[in-house]
Amino acid sequence: MDDLMAARLQMALSLGFHIIFACIGMTMPVLMAFSEWRWLKTGKQVYLDITKAWSRGVAIFFAVGAVSGTVLSFELGLLWPEFMRHAGPIFGMPFSWEGTAFFVEAIALGIFLYGWNRLNKWVHWASGVVVGISGVLSGIFVVAANSWMNSPSGFDWIDGKAINIDPVKAMFNAAWLSQAIHMTLAAFVSTGFAVAGVHAFLLLKNRENVFHAQALKISLIFAAVAALLQPLSGDYPAKDVAKRQPAKFAALEALYKTSKPASLVIGGIPNEKEERVDYALHLPGFLSFLAHGDFESEVIGLDRFPKEDRPPVLITHIAFQVMVGAGLLMALASILFFIFNWRWKHVLMKKWWLYFIAFLTPLGFIAVEAGWTVTEVGRQPWIIYGVMRTKDAVSTMPGLQYSFYVITAVYILLSLIVIWLMKRQIKTIRQFYPSAKTE
Amino acid sequence: MLTVIILILGVSFVLYTILGGADFGAGIVETFAGEKGEKTISKAIAPVWEANHVWLILAVVILFTGFPAVYASLSLVLHIPLMLVLLGIIFRGTAFTFRHYDVLRDDTHKYYTTLFKLSSFITPFFLGVTLGAMILGRITFDQSLGFYEMFIAPWLNLFCFVMGVFAIALFGYISAVFLVGETKNDRERRRYAMFSKQLMVFTMVFGSLVFVAAEMEGHRLLNEFLRSSISIVMLLLATLLCPVIWLFLNRKSNKTIYLRIAVGIQVTAILIGWFYIQYPVLIHVRGGDHYTFFNTQAPPATMQQLLIALIVGLLLVVPGFLYLFKVFKVER
Repeated sequence: MDDLMAARLQMALSLGFHIIFACIGMTMPVLMAFSEWRWLKTGKQVYLDITKAWSRGVAIFFAVGAVSGTVLSFELGLLWPEFMRHAGPIFGMPFSWEGTAFFVEAIALGIFLYGWNRLNKWVHWASGVVVGISGVLSGIFVVAANSWMNSPSGFDWIDGKAINIDPVKAMFNAAWLSQAIHMTLAAFVSTGFAVAGVHAFLLLKNRENVFHAQALKISLIFAAVAALLQPLSGDYPAKDVAKRQPAKFAALEALYKTSKPASLVIGGIPNEKEERVDYALHLPGFLSFLAHGDFESEVIGLDRFPKEDRPPVLITHIAFQVMVGAGLLMALASILFFIFNWRWKHVLMKKWWLYFIAFLTPLGFIAVEAGWTVTEVGRQPWIIYGVMRTKDAVSTMPGLQYSFYVITAVYILLSLIVIWLMKRQIKTIRQFYPSAKTE
Repeated sequence: MLTVIILILGVSFVLYTILGGADFGAGIVETFAGEKGEKTISKAIAPVWEANHVWLILAVVILFTGFPAVYASLSLVLHIPLMLVLLGIIFRGTAFTFRHYDVLRDDTHKYYTTLFKLSSFITPFFLGVTLGAMILGRITFDQSLGFYEMFIAPWLNLFCFVMGVFAIALFGYISAVFLVGETKNDRERRRYAMFSKQLMVFTMVFGSLVFVAAEMEGHRLLNEFLRSSISIVMLLLATLLCPVIWLFLNRKSNKTIYLRIAVGIQVTAILIGWFYIQYPVLIHVRGGDHYTFFNTQAPPATMQQLLIALIVGLLLVVPGFLYLFKVFKVER
């Protein structure tokens, strides 16, 4: 394994690991604020139990999220010092705001998790709301930093250096809003469906259980709203990428030849050597329509780019199909949920429905990982699109593969522990929470 | 503008040393306090460890935004000690939280505790090593000198080792003093007072050894300290507060806030004293091409935005922190 590959894999692993916990950290406080609000309004024990049970799990996820985030802030330099040397002053601004948001979040979280018995009920609830708001904001800020890498602005690149730096322009680049919206919704979709799935599964064992029924309802409402908005929100970055990062767009669509009009490829396995896609469904004109709003428009293919400027197609395309497929399936589940909830509420307790929701548990997170794979691998070979190549940014310290092995071992260990802890927590729900004790 | 940013960087560094130090030190103290200390220690740091921890992230962000060459260069050559700092951070936070939140208390408890204690030593040690490397002046970016000279020698030496042990002692000391105020049980208080005194001695011994090790490595640290009147005053202040704190630890008083303030002053004094002789250099580089605040600063537009973000941030965070401490640390 060469150093560049080791660095790429380490970064990918660290980001892929962290994002799961970040999504949970962004979403759960909102869900908990909602359930606590229901308790404050109705006085029903079940809502208090849900809030407390969720916060037990959330505390663990937050801690892992916090430390894995710290790892990333160091890894930016440990793995990509040349990138940071130039990029730091340009995109440092969203990171500074993210740091502030974290601070507020960590303080509010301390109050929320430990202040139950020390504070006025509504003050406690407010701390939960603050965690939610600052969590979402910190997610938006860090995505703004990433968006700059895709849509570099706010500087001139002369003789291998950045001059005329304008941090505000850099932060509010062409891609930030579409990425921010899409990621925020993704956090709610992934976490919402995961939590709903777990509660649905537990509900299958005993459908009289009020605790799980209510927990399922709350998480599914948030998940469903987000999942319906998500495909719509995806259109925004897609059109933006089609315009601004045509190589990425061509890779994720596996469009080898510039076409006018261009067909939408559904599924398929790209054959990189022969530059074609096998086993795919082709819908003529639809790619032109999705990319530019016009069935006859030209869509740029990979043939317009020299080989060294093309991203890997196989990974990018498959990841994209996985993301869209998962997203559409969850959107379908959301439509069904709203229909049943409106007209045929009894269906929501049927075994087949609960099995379906339980099946969807990991799908949101799979979509998140797939989506990030698309945008990051699709940006290659650039670390700053069109400006700096990833290979020129990597640390020159030999032996980076050892770093990678160590971090991999650590994250595997942490994942195992977290899964094990969650299993224990779930097993003891009946023990600790009165409303879960129904037989 | 640069001055204000340096000031804020300095303040966050001091606050991280005191608060983060107390935090990490808790694991160090627990190693001596054993099982009896666990409950008090857990209760003391649980609500605040994540917030305390953010100061480090703040310092990292200020570095890579405002002084990018420093961040990039340190990340390159001090890759190994920084990885070890990270491992300590990862395992300490997670071991602590897992221990606190695991629903059942069984054999796994031992593993969490061992991991928590071990990692609580590792991060302070390697933070001390990193700081030592920045001071010592063996850092080089000359690739022709080979892997060892570039990536190992700057930090694998006696001076950095002693700095690491000094950091452990200092953090342990800060934490022990803070813990005196975290328990109402008289016997426990006296135990923590005893640890505070022991760790104070360790800190003073290793603090002196830092100067000795510096001399042995050819870095005339003591000379530099003695040449600056401010540094002498700071060193004296920190040292003279020791017997004061010692006496205070012997008393049965409940007003531990004064103890904490005294320790805070000591730490601030040591850091100011050191900062004074170091300024404006951030990294001493072999051959004299030192990295200073001035020659590594980002362009004015960046510094301006950084300053705005920091000021707004502090306006939100300082009251937040005070409220957090009020809720959890003040007697009701």
